[in-house]
Amino acid sequence: MGTRKLELEVMRYDPEKDKEPWFQTYTVPCNEDWVILDAINYVKDNLDTTLAYRWSCHMMVCGSCGMMVNGEPSLTCKTFIRELPDKVRIEPLENFPIERDLVVVLDDVMQKLHQVQPYIIRKDPPPAEDQEYIQSRGKLAIFKQLTMCINCMCCYAACPQYSLNPNFIGPAALALAHRYNRDSRDQGKSDRLDILADHDGVWDCSFVGACSEVCPKHVDPAAAIQQMKVDGAVEFWKQKMGIPGDKS
Amino acid sequence: MEHIKADVVIVGAGGAGLRAAIAVAENDPNLKVALISKVYPMRSHTCAAEGGAAGVKTPDDSLEMHFNDTVGGGDWLCDQDVVENFVEQAPRELMQLEHWGCPWSREDDGSVAVRPFGGMKKKRTWYAADKSGFHILHTLFQTSLQFPSIKRYDEYFALDLLHIDGKCRGVVAMEMRSGRFFSFESSVVIMATGGGGQVFPFTTNGAIKTGDGMAMAYRAGVPLKDMEFVQYHPTGLPGTGILLTEGCRGEGGILVNKNGYRYLQDYGMGPETPVGEPVLKTMELGPRDRLSQAFWHEQKKGNTVETPWGDCVLLDMRHLGAKKILERLPLVHELAHAYVGVDMIKDPVPIRPVIHFMMGGIDANINGEAPMAGLYAIGETACSGLHGANRLGSNSLTDLLVSGKRSADHAIAYAQQANEAGNEEDLKAQAEAIVAGVRELLLQSGSTETISGLRREMRTTLEEGAGIYRDEEGARLTCEKIAEIRERYKGIEINDKSNVFNTDLQSALELRNLLDVAETVAEGSLQRRESRGAHQRLDYTERDDEKFLKHSLCFRQPDDRPRVEWSDVLITRSQPGTRDYSGGK
Repeated sequence: MGTRKLELEVMRYDPEKDKEPWFQTYTVPCNEDWVILDAINYVKDNLDTTLAYRWSCHMMVCGSCGMMVNGEPSLTCKTFIRELPDKVRIEPLENFPIERDLVVVLDDVMQKLHQVQPYIIRKDPPPAEDQEYIQSRGKLAIFKQLTMCINCMCCYAACPQYSLNPNFIGPAALALAHRYNRDSRDQGKSDRLDILADHDGVWDCSFVGACSEVCPKHVDPAAAIQQMKVDGAVEFWKQKMGIPGDKS
Repeated sequence: MEHIKADVVIVGAGGAGLRAAIAVAENDPNLKVALISKVYPMRSHTCAAEGGAAGVKTPDDSLEMHFNDTVGGGDWLCDQDVVENFVEQAPRELMQLEHWGCPWSREDDGSVAVRPFGGMKKKRTWYAADKSGFHILHTLFQTSLQFPSIKRYDEYFALDLLHIDGKCRGVVAMEMRSGRFFSFESSVVIMATGGGGQVFPFTTNGAIKTGDGMAMAYRAGVPLKDMEFVQYHPTGLPGTGILLTEGCRGEGGILVNKNGYRYLQDYGMGPETPVGEPVLKTMELGPRDRLSQAFWHEQKKGNTVETPWGDCVLLDMRHLGAKKILERLPLVHELAHAYVGVDMIKDPVPIRPVIHFMMGGIDANINGEAPMAGLYAIGETACSGLHGANRLGSNSLTDLLVSGKRSADHAIAYAQQANEAGNEEDLKAQAEAIVAGVRELLLQSGSTETISGLRREMRTTLEEGAGIYRDEEGARLTCEKIAEIRERYKGIEINDKSNVFNTDLQSALELRNLLDVAETVAEGSLQRRESRGAHQRLDYTERDDEKFLKHSLCFRQPDDRPRVEWSDVLITRSQPGTRDYSGGK
């Protein structure tokens, strides 16, 4: 394995002593098969133990290590240095307040995930405790891709609307609502309607599609939001006309 | 310091902690639950589990068979009352998850699908493609959001337990964003902090798996049980240690050495089965301990393949075809392609055994009760005696649910009758002392050691003395080396003095926990002079039921190596026998 020198320009910010963020440069000897997270870990273990960032699984599934890599919202355990130039700029995810160095404040998006009621809501009783809901593979396929979201929040960092209007519920949370709306076991679509149809809900999306482009799990929140606009309009008129809500 | 009172404190918000929190909330919404975790729930390592969760599902299966597979798989070190309860509760818990929205993979008729897994006589592993743990975790997290009585404390790093007169009274934690300290006071603390695979150099375990709960209990005088039993998963990607699920073999993948030979038949797991037609409990569907040990022998014989990341064998899945691989194993397909550059549809993938799971943990009984009133342990951080000397794949995801629910129900009953008023001053003093210890660590200067340096030395010595195969001399040297590293730990200095998200301080505290866990793994490896399940001794090659059909219990001694005691294994109906993985009998 060849060794390559990477120049990492890393944004630093400690609210206890820095008035504003600044950049620190580290030279990191990398293996060609490394991801950016490996290079950051090298800094932490060998060059500067004070650097703060989140990470855990190193296998694209825990969602901790989202950062801006050369201006792109990226999962750093999935961002290979072989695809990058010798100089790489690492910043905390955009559109979020910085807590410390590469760590951002996630309170707002955590609240938004909560707000969309992301759990099975039933009007009818569920099956007996030893019986499953019968769900065909086709019905599973309708929402399966939407369950892949790892909450890395790269989509919020990419979303132009979220940067303009922080009240916008945003891609991951809307996709999550849609995931439950489309699950044949759920009957809570009408309960979620008020939040989603609100002006900070789906209608605030301007369909730039940046969220889907940066999504490391190909969840495609932009498409989900467009589908929700249609679903929402149908549901709205059904309610207006006194037609019972769509249970599935 | 701030004081928070709760009826039930749960440390760890992975699968087990979330399941327990939901159980408390459903059972009695008036009980205040404080759910503390050093990470956001979705980051918990449950998310990395791939293959699935075991529970009897099909008419040709039975609780009896699941029981027998588990006890035999555990080389008869399982407490059989725990296993009986586990197999009984398993199907109901998995079905509960289905009702909560878990996107389980489906059969043609729309019922939940099950797949074959190692050491299991029937297909009984419920799965959601190869992201089963991820979906279980997210389903539990999202479901938990509807219960207002669950108050989460995300990114609070738990430091130590509060306990008075042998009773657990709470836990002290540090809020990462502010560096402020909180004393959570409660008559019940449920530990759900996962395992500590980070004590080893090469592991599937995420960075957060530093054995925190085990170490906290251990420092509070609670023994850690069966810590010498550490599971190597036979199929990890070289270099990174990323897991390739047992589902790869369950779906029909085969293991070959450098000559293309299916070597498992030489290690008591033959006769060779036809390629693409996996036979349960045979060859590639043998148990993890046996498969990992077979690798070791192949390596000694020079039958492994040299790769830039060290010696490997090959996992060949080409005969499964693109459709099956992409439908059932999409994540591992992506991971192998990204991290070792192999497309498993076209080429065999180099793999090697990798540290994966701790069968041992906080000494707990069938209800999750530790030998300290009010302290419970669930999931990987506990050792209830479920897994014995070797865990069967897909039993641990189910255990998160079964032990989480069961312990929560028991803990509620305890909390409702506990009358723990009094000793308030003692409690405060204890909390202050814990905080003072952390402040002292933060402020000390004159560094002679680094955190990463000591961590590396700990990992190296543990692999040398407590790896796949062990012996007296190697284990003894490792025990001594870890004692030495513990001493040198006093010479570390925290360079980062900030109160805000201080990961330098956190790493130091995690290293302290890792060292506590490491010394018990090493000591158990030394003192168990037999071979059983995942614990294999080159100098004591046979299982010795006469002397060692016992659980080891490691007690911490502040200025010395741990003290080891032994306790009986509970046998109800299965007497120790021979583990047979030849021919699917």
